[in-house]
Amino acid sequence: MHFVVCAKQIPDPETPPSAFKIDESTNTVVPAQGFQPVLSQYDGIAAEAALQIKEALGDEAKITVLSVGAESAQAAIKQVLAMGADEGVLLQDDAFEGGDSHTTAKVLAAAISNLGDVDAIFCGRQAADWDVGQVGLLVAEALGWPAAILAKGVEISDGSMKTTRVMADGFETVSQALPAVVTVSNEFGEPRYPKLQQIMQAAKKTVTTMTHDQLGLDPSEVGSSGARLKLEKLYIPQSDSQVEIIDGETPEEQATNLIAKLVADKVL
Amino acid sequence: MAKNILVIGEHADSEITATTAELIGQSTRLAEGGLVSVALLGSSAADATPQAFEAGAGKVFVNDDDGYTEYNSDQWVTAIESTLESIDVILVAQSTVGRDLAPRLAARQGTAAAMDCVDVRSDNGEIRVTRPCYGGNALADYSFATSPVIATVRAKAFEALPLQSGASGEIVELPAPSESRTTIEGREVAEAEGLAITDAPIVVSGGRGLGGPEGFEDVENLAAAFGSNRAAVGASRAACDLGWYPVSQQVGLTGKVVTPDLYVAIAISGASQHMAGCSGSKMIIAINRDPEANIFQNAKYGIVGDYKAVLPALIEAVKAQS
Repeated sequence: MHFVVCAKQIPDPETPPSAFKIDESTNTVVPAQGFQPVLSQYDGIAAEAALQIKEALGDEAKITVLSVGAESAQAAIKQVLAMGADEGVLLQDDAFEGGDSHTTAKVLAAAISNLGDVDAIFCGRQAADWDVGQVGLLVAEALGWPAAILAKGVEISDGSMKTTRVMADGFETVSQALPAVVTVSNEFGEPRYPKLQQIMQAAKKTVTTMTHDQLGLDPSEVGSSGARLKLEKLYIPQSDSQVEIIDGETPEEQATNLIAKLVADKVL
Repeated sequence: MAKNILVIGEHADSEITATTAELIGQSTRLAEGGLVSVALLGSSAADATPQAFEAGAGKVFVNDDDGYTEYNSDQWVTAIESTLESIDVILVAQSTVGRDLAPRLAARQGTAAAMDCVDVRSDNGEIRVTRPCYGGNALADYSFATSPVIATVRAKAFEALPLQSGASGEIVELPAPSESRTTIEGREVAEAEGLAITDAPIVVSGGRGLGGPEGFEDVENLAAAFGSNRAAVGASRAACDLGWYPVSQQVGLTGKVVTPDLYVAIAISGASQHMAGCSGSKMIIAINRDPEANIFQNAKYGIVGDYKAVLPALIEAVKAQS
């Protein structure tokens, strides 16, 4: 079996709102001082799902990590390698910059076709920066494979993938023939922390880099030239909320004062 | 410029959902004389059809074959694709259906879907959308290089039109369900009893600061004091991920978006992820031990204190008032 984990490096989502800045001339997020970019949390969970299945198969599976990103995204790939993935490929090219979900999926699908023998693809439910949640489905569409999104559980056996999906009012279990794509949600559980020894081993592994040429992609169909959604403006929403902290010597007094405010505001 | 707009509708108990009515309302505003169509699939779709007309639709594509009742990607995509001749804009809720259907439809149609939009507007005839990103820290405006335009839209982003009693229009039967590559093995409903958090006028939510599942007893008691017909209990993602409260009650970017008149956030730090699910509330009250907690930036009123002391007092005060 050969599994692919799609991993994205993003600005640390734990960056407090006060340190979150946007350069409005370029419509990009200004990296916050003291916050290193991280592996998108949902991609770590997707990697955990792939690793658990590999272990259930008695290690009879190879896991390749793919990332579309800059040189620095090597760190995200190495983190998944440290968790236990086998190989990493960074899809890095100036031509890939400024793309959208469609072009990112196009690059990933080209790389997966290039690998040739992939049985299942694991993606996070969405990247924790743009919060879109399309790339997994678009990779599946590009390859013509079935896909299940928002998984809280995944099993692979006898050439099929069984997924338990998070729905608005509960859960749904679906099965699909391999090769298939799954996007994994936070309900799956926490990803493992690599051991120090694994981190050291991963640091020594070579991450292959591929460009549009090697993937057989024309620069006009990827990056900003191929994007179908055009980002016009990125900005921080105005907040005009001014909190009023309710006074009171005791919790009882605070509670009574709060209720009086709500009654005065006609909320109660 | 006139636009023909398709709303991919959802319905339950023979009625279109509130979000479907909101999308029809906004489509009518955007169409500028174009036709607003609604697609309704699954059992009771035919029963919900008159309501789609009353909500403002001019045409309904319908098939109430039970095979469509449980959303199945391949079947729905095929059915919707058969409606798209001369459609310029497709709107669908950011729901279990929309999250899955919109990207697939975009890929098949050679276009793009903008996900989780809070605004869809016409700017000199060109569709622009606004969507939150970076966990709600930022907003992004997009235009489309391709057509048709596809957008999934957050609940309560738009106002529905007043129902026009007795309105009707053209009905077009959609084909029967196609083959699917996905077999649905089973469904499990896991939702707390009582009022749905997306409908409740008051939502009382607990977070990680409760320290354990037992903290939700106080949260539930406060909701009960407001009245079980008015208040529902929510939870932050952290609390749900820790298994303290059912996932169906999760408020936030990865959970549900609630827009009650009153949102009470108890022991919730107020990460952007959470605020994305409750910032549309008319009023937010925060109860938190940490005076620096981000939740206070978003609240109208705040009590700085331990919920264990504050909640019993608040429960008594609510009971005394009602």
